[in-house]
Amino acid sequence: MTEIPGGHHSGFLQSNRADKWWIEPLWTGLGFLAFVVYTTWAMFQGDHYWWSAGQGGFGGYLSPFYSPLIFIKQGVAGAAPMDHAWFGSWPGWWPKLIPATPAILILAGPLSFRMTCYYYRKFYYRAYFMSPPACAVEGISQKKYKGETLLLVFQNLHRYTLYIALGFVAILSYDGILSLFRNGEFGIGVGSLILIINPILLAGYVFGCHAFRHITGGNQDCFTCPNGKTSVRYKMWKGVSRLNARHMFWAWISMIWVAFADIYIRMVSSGKWIDYSTWGY
Amino acid sequence: MSLRNFQIYRGDGTVGEMKSYQLEIEKGMVVLDVIHRIQAEQAGDLAVRWNCKAGKCGSCSVEINGKPKLSCMTRMNEYAEDETISIRPLKAFPIMRDLVADVSWNYEQNKRITPFKPDPSSKNESGDYVMMQEDIDRVQEFRKCIECYLCQNVCHVLRDHERKDAFVGPRFMIRLAGLEMHPLDMQDRIPDVKNSYGSGMCNITRCCTDVCPEHIQITDNGIIPMKERVVDRYYDPVMKLIGLIFRRK
Ligand code: SF4
Ligand code: SF4
Ligand code: FES
Ligand code: FES
Repeated sequence: MTEIPGGHHSGFLQSNRADKWWIEPLWTGLGFLAFVVYTTWAMFQGDHYWWSAGQGGFGGYLSPFYSPLIFIKQGVAGAAPMDHAWFGSWPGWWPKLIPATPAILILAGPLSFRMTCYYYRKFYYRAYFMSPPACAVEGISQKKYKGETLLLVFQNLHRYTLYIALGFVAILSYDGILSLFRNGEFGIGVGSLILIINPILLAGYVFGCHAFRHITGGNQDCFTCPNGKTSVRYKMWKGVSRLNARHMFWAWISMIWVAFADIYIRMVSSGKWIDYSTWGY
Repeated sequence: MSLRNFQIYRGDGTVGEMKSYQLEIEKGMVVLDVIHRIQAEQAGDLAVRWNCKAGKCGSCSVEINGKPKLSCMTRMNEYAEDETISIRPLKAFPIMRDLVADVSWNYEQNKRITPFKPDPSSKNESGDYVMMQEDIDRVQEFRKCIECYLCQNVCHVLRDHERKDAFVGPRFMIRLAGLEMHPLDMQDRIPDVKNSYGSGMCNITRCCTDVCPEHIQITDNGIIPMKERVVDRYYDPVMKLIGLIFRRK
């Protein structure tokens, strides 16, 4: 540690802050790491992502990590029936080295959305890249700091991942409806509640996105032009802004919930937990 | 009444040290009161800048226990009785003496920004500019700025990486945002926002917002919307295409 004029401490992780500034980057860093570890593990399992109490017909619970199902590998414990696959059974050309799990085909969608999200960027720049670790705490010194101009310029593509995320809100909402049926019969189970709450939380996150806020109205200089009346876009922008103000909350709650939904279905599907429901089977 | 310990920077931009002081604290005192009392009773030559003592002039910015703050708005009862309170000048700017930093770089940045340029044809019959409140809410949030430069001081691009050559800093990003979002302004500053004012240098880690005494949502309402407008212009092929097809005559 060196002290420079002004009495300031200078050097990596140096600060004059007397409070526990490292708590926030630590807990967010560890929390997200736990999510990544679980998600990776759950993705590579490739099984027990579906539960319909052994019934065929319309309805059942599908883990959000595995939705939508592009291909389905048959003969796997806890796999969905073949008619849920968009393109049928698992392709023969799939390389042996990569596990045949439907989750691997879709994970890039939600992942790219979250990783380019303005909130996630804040948190991982702070917690993992230490740029800066906390306010008024020095990070790793760089010769010529470039911010998001050079290597990180791809972050500007966030709005494209938003379009993908909007698709996921629709798909997961459909899964929520799917969960209200078992063998074609309407009912409700704990799993249905979990799978209905899931797209709602995701929507709270996606519809509060900064890129969405920009597209709905943020790109306008005048909301009342040309006739002096507030436009529909203004009202949309207002609503999005309200969600946006709590974007961090929605980011975390939707992320934790999606992992919880996978755990729940995995447990029920592998017979470890019982799914209480109105169907009684 | 209680006796408290303080450490205050004494020196200039080349040499100096943290000096210890002790002072009896009375109820209701703020840190600026402490500085003034020490100045009056123990260190007559202690340099400090202040003006309004009401959180409105933005002169009294210092770093208290390592946090950038207005000393006139920081109450002594925020701190534990046995805590030694350290007071330093802003780190991101040259030190003139003791607690006074030379913030004139900021005024230079302000001059670089193309001023408000209203569209004369938008005047009404009686020759007045008329705006609706909804259209000006966003701009008014930024007008709350008291130019304390705490945000400029905490921004790691300026503070630690010393890229004053590449980034105007959060205070001027919101000035630009206020102009760009203004319903009457005709000037296009987006190319400059990207190329000369350096919107890409900010990595939205939000320390500016955290320290702003006016609670302006600098990052969410100012910088990110500017970055999104830059995306429209430079990084979005679809928008480019739409722009080409529906280009305004
Ligand atoms: S959000 Fe951007 S402007 Fe604000 S302190 Fe961080 S890097 Fe600087
Ligand atoms: S934006 Fe806030 S922190 Fe920055 S100069 Fe203005 S009042 Fe101070
Ligand atoms: S900014 Fe967070 S999802 Fe777009
Ligand atoms: S003295 Fe004016 S803001 Fe503190």
